[in-house]
Amino acid sequence: MADTQQASETVIVTIDGRSVHAKPGEMVISAAERAGLYIPRFCYHPRLEPVGMCRMCIVNIDTGRGATLQPACVIPVAEGMMVDTVEAGVKKAQDGVLEFLLINHPLDCPVCDKGGECPLQDQTVAFGPGESRFVEEKRHFEKPIPISSLVDLDRERCILCDRCTRFAKDVAGDPLISFVERGNETQVLNFPDEPFSSYFSGNVVQLCPVGALTARPYRFKARPWDLEAVESTCTSCSVGCRVEVQSTQNELVRLVGIDADPVNHGWLCDKGRFGYEAVSGSARVVDPMVRAGGSLAPSSWAAALTAAADGIRSAIDTTGASSVAVIGGARLTNEDAYAWARLAKGVIGTDHVDAQLDDGLPAGLVQGLPRATIDDACSASVVVLLGPDLKEELPVLFLRLRQAAIEGGVHLVEISPAGSGLSPYAMVSLIHAPGEAGAIGQALASGSSDDVAGVAAADIATARDLLGLASGGTPADVVCVLGRPSVAEPATSVEAAVAHLAPAVGSFKVLPALRRANVMGALDAGLAPGLLPGRTSLDSGRQTFTQRWGSVPPEVGLDTAGILSAAADGRIGALVLLGADPLADAPDPELARQALTAARYVVAVDAFHTASAQEADVVLPVATIHEKDGTTTNLEGRVSTLGHKVTPLGTARPDWAVASELARRLGEDLPWIDETEIWTELESVSACHTGITLDVLSDPAWRDGVPAPIPAAGVTIAGVGELPSGAVAAASDEAAGEGDGGSRAADVGSAPLSERPSPITYSPSAGTPELPVRNGYDLRLVAGRRLYDGGTAVTNSPSLAVLAPGSTARLSRYDADRLGVVDGDRVRVRNARAAHELDVEVSGLVARGSIAIAFGQPDGVAASFIDGIVTDVTVETL
Amino acid sequence: MSRLSNENVTLARTIISRYPRKRSALIPLLHLAQEQEGWVSPEAMAHIGELVDMTSAEVLGTASFYEMFKRQPIGKYLIGVCTNISCMLVGGYELLDHVSSTLGVVVGQTTSEGLFTVEEAECQAACSDAPCLQVNYRYFGRMDPAKVDDLLDDLRHDRLEDIVPPHGTLSRVRQKIGDPRQADAALSGEARP
Amino acid sequence: MTVTNPDKIVFARMHHPDAHTLGGYLATGGYTALRKALGDMTPEQVHEEVTASNLTGRGGAGFPAGVKWGFLPPEVHPRYLVVNGDESEPGTCKDRQLLERDPHQLIEGSVLTAYAIGAENVFLYVRGEMALAQERMATALNEAYQHGAVGERIFGSDFSVDVVLHWGAGAYIVGEETALIESLEGKRGMPRIKPPYFPAAKGLYFQPTIVNNVETLSNVPWIVRHGGQAFAGLGGGRATGTRLFSLSGHVAQPGNYEVEQHVTTMRDLIYDHAYGDGIRDGNEFKMMVPGGVSAPWLFEEHLDMPLDADEATANKTMLGSGAVVVMDHTTCAVRAAWRIVRFFAHESCGKCTPCREGTTWLERILWRIENGAGRPDDLDLLLDVCDNISPGLDWPPKMTTICPLGPSAPSPIYPSINKFRDEYLTHIKEGACPHG
Repeated sequence: MADTQQASETVIVTIDGRSVHAKPGEMVISAAERAGLYIPRFCYHPRLEPVGMCRMCIVNIDTGRGATLQPACVIPVAEGMMVDTVEAGVKKAQDGVLEFLLINHPLDCPVCDKGGECPLQDQTVAFGPGESRFVEEKRHFEKPIPISSLVDLDRERCILCDRCTRFAKDVAGDPLISFVERGNETQVLNFPDEPFSSYFSGNVVQLCPVGALTARPYRFKARPWDLEAVESTCTSCSVGCRVEVQSTQNELVRLVGIDADPVNHGWLCDKGRFGYEAVSGSARVVDPMVRAGGSLAPSSWAAALTAAADGIRSAIDTTGASSVAVIGGARLTNEDAYAWARLAKGVIGTDHVDAQLDDGLPAGLVQGLPRATIDDACSASVVVLLGPDLKEELPVLFLRLRQAAIEGGVHLVEISPAGSGLSPYAMVSLIHAPGEAGAIGQALASGSSDDVAGVAAADIATARDLLGLASGGTPADVVCVLGRPSVAEPATSVEAAVAHLAPAVGSFKVLPALRRANVMGALDAGLAPGLLPGRTSLDSGRQTFTQRWGSVPPEVGLDTAGILSAAADGRIGALVLLGADPLADAPDPELARQALTAARYVVAVDAFHTASAQEADVVLPVATIHEKDGTTTNLEGRVSTLGHKVTPLGTARPDWAVASELARRLGEDLPWIDETEIWTELESVSACHTGITLDVLSDPAWRDGVPAPIPAAGVTIAGVGELPSGAVAAASDEAAGEGDGGSRAADVGSAPLSERPSPITYSPSAGTPELPVRNGYDLRLVAGRRLYDGGTAVTNSPSLAVLAPGSTARLSRYDADRLGVVDGDRVRVRNARAAHELDVEVSGLVARGSIAIAFGQPDGVAASFIDGIVTDVTVETL
Repeated sequence: MSRLSNENVTLARTIISRYPRKRSALIPLLHLAQEQEGWVSPEAMAHIGELVDMTSAEVLGTASFYEMFKRQPIGKYLIGVCTNISCMLVGGYELLDHVSSTLGVVVGQTTSEGLFTVEEAECQAACSDAPCLQVNYRYFGRMDPAKVDDLLDDLRHDRLEDIVPPHGTLSRVRQKIGDPRQADAALSGEARP
Repeated sequence: MTVTNPDKIVFARMHHPDAHTLGGYLATGGYTALRKALGDMTPEQVHEEVTASNLTGRGGAGFPAGVKWGFLPPEVHPRYLVVNGDESEPGTCKDRQLLERDPHQLIEGSVLTAYAIGAENVFLYVRGEMALAQERMATALNEAYQHGAVGERIFGSDFSVDVVLHWGAGAYIVGEETALIESLEGKRGMPRIKPPYFPAAKGLYFQPTIVNNVETLSNVPWIVRHGGQAFAGLGGGRATGTRLFSLSGHVAQPGNYEVEQHVTTMRDLIYDHAYGDGIRDGNEFKMMVPGGVSAPWLFEEHLDMPLDADEATANKTMLGSGAVVVMDHTTCAVRAAWRIVRFFAHESCGKCTPCREGTTWLERILWRIENGAGRPDDLDLLLDVCDNISPGLDWPPKMTTICPLGPSAPSPIYPSINKFRDEYLTHIKEGACPHG
């Protein structure tokens, strides 16, 4: 049975006398490679459309009409095909191509970044001629020229393989570099004064098979043979791209994308690739700081921990455990987050804990609806985009969905207040008035013959057709990419849209689009009001966790907005900032300032001297990503490992160790000596982490990460086969008692699955607050984010900091015409709170009556206006 | 250095409408830009990119592939002397030498008053009239030095304006497909037999 | 002498001074084939007549047009006809004459072909450097639209097709049909990789597309009028009908000549008074390019070769684009080979390595030899570099490249080294060109 099935799904070809089972449609080069026969190549790349240009992979291919020399990268396998990769004619042709590539290639390997990891160099050393027969002058170009602020191009080294240009056009959708000139003069070039300013430019450096494209942050930093590397997961955002982290002499020097099939396909965004610079940046906190005489001064760890514990103890003693609050945690590892959840909820006893900073969605909304993976979204018939601009906030998810829309026939339906990088690829973009997504959801579910929230009835009808909601249609299976499109509108806006849509369509799964790296892991660990580890509620988990932890908070606590308000009202005795900078990140920085001032004691646990940390009473320095071990959870719920590559700067410690120390000072010993024990404890109690043991996490077959929970239908892992979740759970139950996987969590055994508290389910509310009536002259603010902003990763990475664009006023064509302004004109934008002069950008993606100003830019303009559930501003010409 | 004129933008849109995909109009529009300015400026390339939904880099990629698009200003008259095999056999190189030395410029350069640019050309498809040259892509066949001297004199004194328009103008006849008048004629049926 | 001087087909109107105008064309039987086809024939019948004629492509590859049309996948629309008027093969100037002097014949042939294959659009791609041809074609198309021969409901029938005039901008490689399609898509004119092997399946915008040469399509009206059998009755073997030859170089009477295939020989073409009228100045014949510079050279011993593609293949060359360039004894073989190779180096699109790097390298070696800096190893090096572009140096050529441009560069080199090795060695030995 299995044999028959295999026969129908494979094509048998003969390569160098060996019978090889290939996949139908597969190219000869890849079939050969899987069979262990490496055919040399330069232009071929498995993630790019084959172009057959370099001709290095020429082999003899016979499909029954005689053998001919053909490039193995463009010829698909066919039944009975005979391939010869070693015959003398093949070798001569390949040697000829190599010689052709070398005649104009400079002999500067000793000073080339690529030297030591260069395919051309390797081929030449292995098979190249000892001496050149080319006596003429080589081709000359001006030596490296910048094609962007991050990438240099040396055209003399370029072998014109088309990888960078294909990537730019086909994968990134930024065809800002092109072949220019012709024939022997051909070169890759950007347009004069239009740099290759793609968010994905670093990928071309990684793709370049020679040293033509080099990353400016890495140039001359290291030789490949001096690099030490560890596999890890990028934590620039919550996509969770797999990376190799490379260092030399305990200094991070490079991140390289790993081709994780379910996640990033090898790609990284530039923020993820170059953000490592912040790790060794000057803004790092290297020693504990304690406020003394009005200012922060370096201190010993013992003194600082004691001060922090005293601050918390004093709050508990005077105003009760519920006067302690913890905000932040989305930048922690899973283990850090679990340790802090246990400290806050089990040791201190407060539920005023929130990993989100009032700029996300209710935890229940993202945790309590059926979850989709990225692959689910990329194979869905319809994807509803109901969240932020993915290109700006989750760049590699943007790449995946863009490809799915272009090549996979996935229909994108966008519901957004200001369009996005995916708008050009969407079947329809419903650009609605800020805060009114709920009305759009209702119109989609029920139909509308009128325009709704500024969206034309015809567009709504188109979307209804696509969703199978028009009469006679079959409701479509939908994946909804769900997030907060703008911090200037309430989260209830998208929640209401979900409430209308989810019951109307065939099936409805959610791919959360919350941007902070481990926000999903923090929520999974219980860092949200009303939640306990394992996506369970305070009530469902009360019994289990009381047993495990001793106690849990009596009632559901406040979210960040509530905590800040309570603090501002003087009701918070101790406020812990867990890698959180509310002054910069909260939608209402004024409220944050009042909160920090009025909170009686503020503990900042942070790696960076943020604006908020400057206001704290004690600052505890923690290790960043790349400085510690652990795991992280991406937006799918996929758990993957983090690599520990360099030692923490100064005396910084992991966040979980800080939690342990504080717990001890508060009178409770947490039982862990390293992060693996924390993970084992989490796995033993969480229903959604069942089976994701340390053994599974370290198994090379699960290198791309393990979705939590392991899908009911089982998951197929390349080379391993299907792993049914039932089997995993059973095996886990059996193994848990033996403390397998290095567990020393002696005080807890692994709970059988039946005893693990069940994850929450959530019913979204269609209710939305009444929005203020619009004044015909004012514009309503949309505040989405840009990739390069004023956050710590960007501002502390010199290569990226210069890329933050600053705030502009994006207006619809209609409003620009009404005001009589064009692109680049300067206008004054004001409301009761603030006034700023901004440059105008006219955009087809902004609705009439709206104004889009990016949130989180270093100038802080957007936040300064935000004054309510929606914000209206007046625009005046100068 | 400028973008396409309003009149040419209208014409460009007509040309674009003839093709199933916008970008097919790229080469005709680059010719239009060259007709307007005598060369293809960066501004014109960027403008054309906007019209056909391509980036400026892509427009440059295409423009730079083709011999005829001049990305620097050149003379009013582009003299291309063929030296390919059929012409070489009967004096093509000698003709090229004569043209460049008479004008006092190196091949590839423009005379100081901006009137003539001299190019060595590949086969111009006038092999049976070798040696030949083109002035702004108008043929002058079976040439010899004396005929070259006469030709240059005629050009200098504007005696060939009817035959040789300034550089950039190729066809002085435009196809009328898509032209509103053409559509009217089709509607009224008067053009139909 | 076997000159048969048949009724001229594509050149029948060359004596008529107004043939390029609608009036002149109508006065000489113009558009009767199109009226006949639209009135009396199904598209299949038109296709059958062309298949029966065994009309082969006149652009270079020589593939039978009717067979090519048959490669179109049924029922896949839209589909396109692209007319290849990018004539650029050195030595070739026949298509230009057809475009300038008989544009309506091409329009009629194109519309007939569009009717036969069910094309929604015709794109007439005219070489950029042919300003007069563009003006004549634009005028003729405007006349033809007015006349009802192109556009909606042609001649009152149910058949409609637009013919869009498109210009190139100077790139020889665009004559290769997939490069032509890329160029028509606004891209760099770089040949596409194979597979797909034929644009008929996936061509313009990856829709079914037929690309035919100007001369090929100009034959279609005559074939429809007189029947495929009448065409097939001319010539012989598989080389039916007449075809145009562009004769240039050291002949007394260079020109474009329409000759009956197969029964006419190369010697007839070069020496007959009706054609080339012999070598100029009574000089001696030395060598020739037999079918455009992509074709390997032929020599005196090949003069009696009939003008028939199969005969050319048997002699390890081709009639290609029909360009015969005759070189007399005053010609330096090295210099002639160098100039041709320089052309290929200049026109290489740069897409694939062997062509981009190899043609340039060959040109520089030949330049060195011609200019007195040749080295004893250079002939072996030349042949080996040629071999790395076109393994085995055979004809039809094997290729390490994407398209035949690269493998065309060896065409003048290895035949001339074989024939005139001593002449090359003299250059190297004496450090100078013996021809001065």
